[in-house]
Amino acid sequence: MEYAVRVDVTLKRGIADPEGATIERALPALGYAGVHSVRTGKAFALVVEADSEAGAREVAGSLATRLLSNPVIEDAAVTVVGVG
Amino acid sequence: MSRVGVVVFPGSNCEHDVVSALTALGGRAELVWHAETDLSAYDAVVLPGGFAHGDYLRPGALARFSPVMGAVAALAEAGRPVLGICNGFQVLTEAGLLPGALQKNRGLTFLCQPTTLVVASTRSVLTRGAAVGQELVVPINHFAGSYVCDDATYRALVERDQVVLRYKDNPNGSRGDIAGIANEAGNVVGLMPHPERALTALLGSADGRVLLEGFLAAADDAAAARPLVTAP
Repeated sequence: MEYAVRVDVTLKRGIADPEGATIERALPALGYAGVHSVRTGKAFALVVEADSEAGAREVAGSLATRLLSNPVIEDAAVTVVGVG
Repeated sequence: MSRVGVVVFPGSNCEHDVVSALTALGGRAELVWHAETDLSAYDAVVLPGGFAHGDYLRPGALARFSPVMGAVAALAEAGRPVLGICNGFQVLTEAGLLPGALQKNRGLTFLCQPTTLVVASTRSVLTRGAAVGQELVVPINHFAGSYVCDDATYRALVERDQVVLRYKDNPNGSRGDIAGIANEAGNVVGLMPHPERALTALLGSADGRVLLEGFLAAADDAAAARPLVTAP
């Protein structure tokens, strides 16, 4: 089976996010006064071949921890979004 | 005389500067391609600056998986001097050979300027020839040089004397003004500034000499500690 998987990598709480802060500073000038707590991150789309959804999740989780994110400063969230 | 290997990743760009600097200081340094898996011929190794593997994903994230990194870890484990400069520092943290991580600079600007460093510890292969409190002018050249770690790691770094260099005026938001750190044994060192670019006053500063001379002396010590091998 092929599973479409999405991995979201975001900075851990407490880690400075200069890009997010810069975006947030631009918001009032654009009229978005009620938007705050902007955090940036990366999203990865993968197709994982596995016997089960749990297996696909495990492979993607391992990949997310070892390569796609740096666990010192980032969190990774794995979502199975579909079956191929 | 000791042999120093200077690792070349695809995208490294300071390897020739490092070889040139170490050679000018009387050392013997050679380029080593990142596909090499055996560094046993070298007494010390340098991971130079640049953009290994294009810095794709994160600086150092892909370089960490280069074939040479197993041998770099073995050298570090054996107590031989390992030095990561700029991108090399980022690679060492990604590889887990040094704690913490390097994040984008506060202010999101690429910084290319001289900085004044203050020697915080001489208990490392890089700073052994310097004096605590000594100020050194060494240039930086980076976008992701802001040192980040959690509270427990920072406390441990300070308590174990692993912070080796601090910025006098923090240019990038690094925690504790950290410019360079060592592992607990002091044989693995990473720093964002470029000592190989501070070798002569004519080019701005000769303050990198005391650092690289210390590193070469540590490499010589490592060579002297090795069992003698008769050439065939």
